[in-house]
Amino acid sequence: MKTLVFLEHYGGALEKGGLGVLAKAASLGDAVGVVVGESAAEVAASAGAFGASRVYACEAPELATPLPQPRVDALATLVEQTSPDAVLFAASVLSADVASGLAARLDAGLNWDLTDVSVKDGELVGTRPALGDTVVVDVGWKDGPKLGMIRSGALDPVESGGTAEVESFDTTFSDFSTLATLVEQTKEESSGPSIEEADIIVAGGRGLGSPEGFTLLEELAAALGGAVGATRAVVDAGWYPYSTQVGQTGKSVSPKLYIACGISGAIQHKVGMQGSGTIVAINKDPNAPIFDFCDIGVVGDLHQIVPKLTELVRSRG
Amino acid sequence: MKIAVCVKQVPDATVHKRIDPATKRLDRSGEAALNPTDLNAVEEALRIKEAQGGEVVLVSLGPAKALDSLRKALAMGADRAVLVSDDGAAGSDLLGTARALAGALERESADLVLFGQASGDGDGAVLWAAVADRLRRPLISQVASLTAESGSVTGKRQTEHGYDVITAPLPAVVAVSDAINEPRYPSLKGIMSAKTKPQETLALADLGVEAGDVGEAGARTTVLELGSPPSRGDQIKLEDDGSAAQKVLDLVVERKLL
Repeated sequence: MKTLVFLEHYGGALEKGGLGVLAKAASLGDAVGVVVGESAAEVAASAGAFGASRVYACEAPELATPLPQPRVDALATLVEQTSPDAVLFAASVLSADVASGLAARLDAGLNWDLTDVSVKDGELVGTRPALGDTVVVDVGWKDGPKLGMIRSGALDPVESGGTAEVESFDTTFSDFSTLATLVEQTKEESSGPSIEEADIIVAGGRGLGSPEGFTLLEELAAALGGAVGATRAVVDAGWYPYSTQVGQTGKSVSPKLYIACGISGAIQHKVGMQGSGTIVAINKDPNAPIFDFCDIGVVGDLHQIVPKLTELVRSRG
Repeated sequence: MKIAVCVKQVPDATVHKRIDPATKRLDRSGEAALNPTDLNAVEEALRIKEAQGGEVVLVSLGPAKALDSLRKALAMGADRAVLVSDDGAAGSDLLGTARALAGALERESADLVLFGQASGDGDGAVLWAAVADRLRRPLISQVASLTAESGSVTGKRQTEHGYDVITAPLPAVVAVSDAINEPRYPSLKGIMSAKTKPQETLALADLGVEAGDVGEAGARTTVLELGSPPSRGDQIKLEDDGSAAQKVLDLVVERKLL
């Protein structure tokens, strides 16, 4: 099985999501990476340590901004030239559009929201939780390159210590691919990891009582080295930014530890976080639905428990 | 400006959704509704029309009964609806759906094609990019605020790292996020007039789409097997008596999560 993995990079480093997919691809056979955009060749080499035997890089100026359509052109070219059995993506705002556009371009099947991929009887099989993760579906592909997108955080990078050969490639761009242009970019400076990248997420809902309640969560997240997430209700209320929204209309996350504070556990939230390793729920309502799908449930006042927990974590040093 | 809004009928949020073990497809026999986040796209289209004039056309793919759901968007103020309904389209995956929708959209040749954020039945948030590629039009997705001018659209969107502002010349495809607006409720007058607005049903043949390219026959993905998710194992539930924080920390440490 030869798998091409789309690797995104930011701030001079490859993103963790793509490296997790790469490590999985390497466990299934030959894994090759593709990195495009500014300084692609420079960051590409580091993929070798995560299982890539080879990494293709393209630095065409059309790929300098994070827009999907020129990337569809580049990947279509590369798939044509190198004929991989599968092309895998780690889910992100950018890669979802690239994967879907590439599927249309190549007339190739795309399965998404996968939590794992494996090879059974020589064929690639994807694992896809569905209907609010109440069902797990094994999905497959018919002929042609098999395109798959992995849910964010589902696969961890594994360092293999190998090295990859970096090979530059050229592409041509479709007339419509470069019509959309980036006119402005605002970077949010955050002190911790983003919720897609974090191993630990401390999330808050209406039970926080007020926007100020998030300060408690930020302190706990900082002590744990994690990120802060939020429910749709509090994002809608303007308490916390949309980029932190977990759930059906926000992000699907699967950190190792998810601490839900003052979150009732509505289905729309559940679908975005129940893939988490360990779920801790703190809620004063003993009948909150979240107690049905957490590992450790605490009935109590988060305004007491969270600061205490922060203190205990800090005192561990 | 002529705006086409892609909308979809999905099982109502209150319906317990299930996958039919025989067909391995979502059971769509129960109560249905318009996909909630599609309403944001309809609302955005209506606002552009109110500011600049033009026409708002709903474009959908689904069973004949989907017209019932489209009427809600007509009641909000959309001018007419086009439903692609064909037995041959049943079982379409992303490729077939994109092909059929692109066929209907090409026929409309709207200046702007709008999508909502994601479908409520788990079809993901990817369709617009496949449609944009088929239509060979520029794409802006996940747009949280949109400005439409004569000849171009500019959208601001949130990414993992901040905000991007992207502009594209018309005709273009734009997918909006549900943060973009608050959809209006249909007025009584709107509900009354919805019944008389043009509602057209098209077959795949009307769009020149080959039957073998859509539906089950055209699908490049398959559902192999249905199973149950792994159980979460034993749950621990405790009442806070002042020691809960310590107990949580102990359990977290025990599981080697720190």
